[in-house]
Amino acid sequence: MFHAEAQGDLGIFGNDPGAIIAVKVLGIFVIMVLMTLLTIWAERRVVGRMQMRIGPNRVGPFGLLQSLMDGIKLALKEEIIPKGAHLAVYIIAPVIAATTAFLTFAVIPLGPEVSIFGTVTPLQLTDFPVSVLYILAVASVGIYGIVLAGWSSGSIYPLLGGLRSSAQMISYEIAMGLSFVAVFIYAQSMSTSQIVAAQEPMWYIVLLLPSFIIYTTAMVGETNRAPFDLPEAEGELVGGFHTEYSSLKFALFFLAEYVNMVTVSALATTLFLGGWRAPWPISLWDQANVGWWPMLWFFGKVFAFIFVFIWLRGTLPRLRYDQFMKFGWKVLIPVSIAWILIVAIARYLRNAGGLESRNLLFVASAVLIVFVLVSYTLDLRRKKSDEIEEQRVALEAEKDFDPFVGGFPVPPMPGQVAQPSRRTKATISSGASPAIISETTEGTNV
Amino acid sequence: MNGESVVFWVSGTFAVVGALGMVVSKKAVHSALWVAFAMINIAVLYFALEAPFLGTTQIIVYTGAIMMLFLFVLMIVGVDSSDSLLETIKGQRLLAGLFSLTFGGVIVASISSTLASPSAGLAYANAGYGGHMQAIAGLIFGTYLFAFEALSALLITAALGAMVLAHNERWIPRKTQDQMQRERTLSNHVTPLPAPGVLARNNSVDTPALLPDGSTSIDSLPNAFRGEGQVSKTTSIEEAGK
Repeated sequence: MFHAEAQGDLGIFGNDPGAIIAVKVLGIFVIMVLMTLLTIWAERRVVGRMQMRIGPNRVGPFGLLQSLMDGIKLALKEEIIPKGAHLAVYIIAPVIAATTAFLTFAVIPLGPEVSIFGTVTPLQLTDFPVSVLYILAVASVGIYGIVLAGWSSGSIYPLLGGLRSSAQMISYEIAMGLSFVAVFIYAQSMSTSQIVAAQEPMWYIVLLLPSFIIYTTAMVGETNRAPFDLPEAEGELVGGFHTEYSSLKFALFFLAEYVNMVTVSALATTLFLGGWRAPWPISLWDQANVGWWPMLWFFGKVFAFIFVFIWLRGTLPRLRYDQFMKFGWKVLIPVSIAWILIVAIARYLRNAGGLESRNLLFVASAVLIVFVLVSYTLDLRRKKSDEIEEQRVALEAEKDFDPFVGGFPVPPMPGQVAQPSRRTKATISSGASPAIISETTEGTNV
Repeated sequence: MNGESVVFWVSGTFAVVGALGMVVSKKAVHSALWVAFAMINIAVLYFALEAPFLGTTQIIVYTGAIMMLFLFVLMIVGVDSSDSLLETIKGQRLLAGLFSLTFGGVIVASISSTLASPSAGLAYANAGYGGHMQAIAGLIFGTYLFAFEALSALLITAALGAMVLAHNERWIPRKTQDQMQRERTLSNHVTPLPAPGVLARNNSVDTPALLPDGSTSIDSLPNAFRGEGQVSKTTSIEEAGK
């Protein structure tokens, strides 16, 4: 059963009459706006429940219209543009953020072929051979919105937020892109509809579990959501990149954040949870994957992801910036590369020898996950003992020589010995100027 | 005019506008933005030429990664710094003009030489591979594998070199969060130290804070401002009123 290759045919895309395209475009836009309103409402209610509050419940049934009212309020508020802002860039930034957020959804398959006004057409605006890469490309343009907002505000906190955001997005986009590679290798395609078709026998969350874990971690980082919401860390940066924005421009950033959340959830559904395919007990019903029903399963899965997003925000504290970057570069990326290597070998064994390599893949993914967990725990333990030793050394060294006496870096006085460097084991004493520290070899006292 | 030529004239014009904007902008950040704009338009041209893989890669790599790194550096360097237009290298303009003319000549010559013969077409180029993605993969990981690996070795060497150059040896080990917390609890100040300055009176960093009991706190000043003769006098509201 596992041998099914990408069966979908891209020939079914691009033949729609203009009216159907217009209907689809409008449909996607309306769905995204409605999803945003619903997600904001759901977030406030769920986080409220998690924090033992009630949450908004006054406007409409269950407070459902609250976010609509907030949107209207935001649009009617006074617009304040800071004096030091670079006006053109300042205005373009929120527009870039919002438009790119909407663009991504064009290639997400919402369902199989259905009949709209008598025309048989897939429930997807369009698709092409590299549509997953297209999503990555659009997302990387979307970052410009945030970075430029930070820069053009002409103020320090937004600038710091923009800087953090650009560093964060670049680092986590690499992990994200690498997590796609395993899916591409197994689906033998980069088009979303073909990836969904290739998951007919088995969802990739089962087959490629490490990729799924890496992607879900990276997607939280990509959307600037807690616990990775460093670009807008309100405790540190006021509001981060959008501190100086108000009224409709702020609303656009808000919209972009929630649309992005829906988009990355939809992409996770498409790549790992079988897209619009019905989950197991329902899939026994032979009408489950036909007609309009799949749209329901699809949005059910998307909402499951959104719930996890909200859950994370209600549970985890924000990471410290250096820990966050360390996690991205030193854990996520190496693990992805190791996993891709395993997947490529498994795939090669199957292609070359016709070997059934699925069990190999399961064992390898279990080993990889256990390895990461064990090495992480060992690392934590080792760090603890290292820290105690370091503290002792630091305390002893401080007795003799304080390299920052008076608040400035200073060389040791005659008779004093600088504390040995951890990396080169070099020692410096009086006479050695700071410029030649790195050249002093072990045990040399000049 | 068919769709392809409409896309060409629109995106091509935008790409040229972006390139010109990059040259004439005075602010470095604006220049970087114009380049990003030109890159996206070139990517659109790739799409129109039935090379979507190249187009998306162009946006991901150039717009998303490289220009973003440029912006990152520019933002660190300074928000408002603009380039000096003074010529620092003798004869730079002359040489630059000469080289760009030569380069332009080479481009025009090579394009016009290909225009003379009829184009083989996309189908011919992709024949034997089964698609343009497979064709690119076949060329990179087959025909030009050695050149590709040599390039990646060069890039890795450059990255390592950059890391070695930027490496900074710490004088004292970084205090851990645990250590800082311990120090704070054992010190006399469990809460944050008072901020310098007196609200609504003098918020300069060299003015020690006025404590509720009327005394001033030297702890509120940064280390560098604690020296003799550097500390300003704090005036309380009563004193200022006299």
